[in-house]
This record gives sequence, C-alpha cells and structure tokens, in this order.
Amino acid sequence: MKFAVLRFPGSNCDQDCVHALSAMPGASADYVWHKDTSLAGFDAVVIPGGFSYGDYLRCGAIARFSPIMKSVKDFAASGGPVIGICNGFQILCESGLLPGALVRNRGLHFVCKHVGLRVERNDSRFTNAAASGRILNIPIAHGEGCYFADDDTLEGLNADGQILLRYCDTQGRVSEDANPNGSRENIAGIRSKSGNVFGLMPHPERACDPLLGSTDGLAIFESMIGE
Amino acid sequence: MKALVTVMPKPSVLDPQGAAAAQAIRHHGLEKIGRVRIGKVIEIELPEAADEKLLHEIARDLLSNPVIEDYCLKVLP
Repeated sequence: MKFAVLRFPGSNCDQDCVHALSAMPGASADYVWHKDTSLAGFDAVVIPGGFSYGDYLRCGAIARFSPIMKSVKDFAASGGPVIGICNGFQILCESGLLPGALVRNRGLHFVCKHVGLRVERNDSRFTNAAASGRILNIPIAHGEGCYFADDDTLEGLNADGQILLRYCDTQGRVSEDANPNGSRENIAGIRSKSGNVFGLMPHPERACDPLLGSTDGLAIFESMIGE
Repeated sequence: MKALVTVMPKPSVLDPQGAAAAQAIRHHGLEKIGRVRIGKVIEIELPEAADEKLLHEIARDLLSNPVIEDYCLKVLP
C-alpha cells in the first residue's frame, strides 16, 4: 500500500509519518506537496499533524483551500482511505469531510502527553487490527483538540457507529478525568459515514517504535495496510 | 471603504478563553457580570465597492466556521 503524506507550509509530523510507514511491511510512503493536484499511484492519504499556515484564522481553515484538497475530496468520494492526524483531523473537519469541529482545549493549555484510547469498534478500516475494547497508549500534542459537534450530529455519530476512539483511563473507563481537552463524549477519533475517512487527535506515528515508549500506534496503520 | 467581519463563537460552544477573561474581570472589581465571549474582528480594506454577496460567502466559508461560529458583516464607507 502506497501512502501519500501531504505537506502544507507548517506541517511538522510529515517526516514522522513517512518514517513510521516506510518501516512497516507491505507499506511505502512518499510526500505530496499541497500545491500538487494529483494523487495518482497512491492507495491511501495521510494528512499529518503540525500547524498548517501557522493555524491562522482557525486550525486547518486555510489548508482546506489548498489545491491538493480537491484531489483528496475526489479520492475520498471514490472510496479511497484518508486518515487525518491532529492538524489533519482539523483540516478534515474544516473541509467538511468529517462532521464537527475542533476548538480550544477546555483547560486552555497545550497538552502533550500519552493518553489511553479505548477502541470503540474494530469493524473499521482503521481499527480492525485492534480488538474492540482494547486500550491503546498513544500520545496527544495539541492546543485545539476539543471535539465539538451539536446534539443532532453527536446522535448521528453514535447511531452510525462513527466513533472509533474515546479517551479513557488505564482501566478503559471513559470518564471526565480521562478527558484531556473537554471533547464531547471523550471523542478522540471519528470516521465518516462512508467509513473511509478517519480523523483523530492522537499521533499513532509517534507510537510505532519501542524507543518511543509505545508501539500501539502500529495497530492503526496495520489496519489500513491489511485492508 | 472597509468591510468589518465580526466572528463570535456560537452560544452552545465552550469558550474557555471567555470564561478565563470573565474570572479576570471579576478580580478587577466588576463582579456582577454575565458570560464573557471572545471572538474576533477582521477588517478588509476595499478600494472600491465590492459585491456584498461575495463578501458574505467569504465571511461564511473562510472567515468563520458555521459549525462553531456566527459572523456579522458590516460595510463601512
């Protein structure tokens, strides 16, 4: 599976993504500049973390209008898998590929730490390599990661099984104490209704090597590669 | 001419900045206040009269995010 890792001015997790993916069996990865317009030859798209356009206006608001995003929309519409990590998740929400929005953390602080994530379901292209209910240990690093959606949208997300990851404690309990940013219903990652677009605030690419303290991020990429 | 676009968080959206500012305002002695909300104002210089419909589109689609924010557009001479 060949991954396209998008690069916007201000992306800063693009190299981590290419590094992590290139080390995985059955996967290769290459950079795609935001001004490019083609995703030909790629099997999956990664929108990496960082601060595209300096987070000016709103996180992801300007990146959404980059030329490559038109191709990403077409790619997603044709069923291709797209994963947005951190700033990538914000860009997916801004572009309307995922519902809701990410706003300033409840505590106003930038939060950078390992968190527990409960896999809510594994019948997805992004979590099928992890058992349902498994707790993944993956770091977050964001100032605007508080997931917001109105009540109707939230109801739809639950009804359609779109919530794949929730922040939890070490026992897997989804509690207020385990919520690092005030996200509604402890939401850490959601997929589109069509199932092929996934956005999450945690950084799986930073948890793919024992040297970094966890290899739980592999489960996300293995799920995609195994499809 | 100038266009002034005011963008405010929707009432249903958590505004921790506003809550922190409210606390600071109370510490300054103005204790009887309600909710404080923090938004932003975007000023666009217009050398000539601009299509107001286009300005609304820009305010709605780029300068604000309708999921979390409301905007108000004013064109000044």
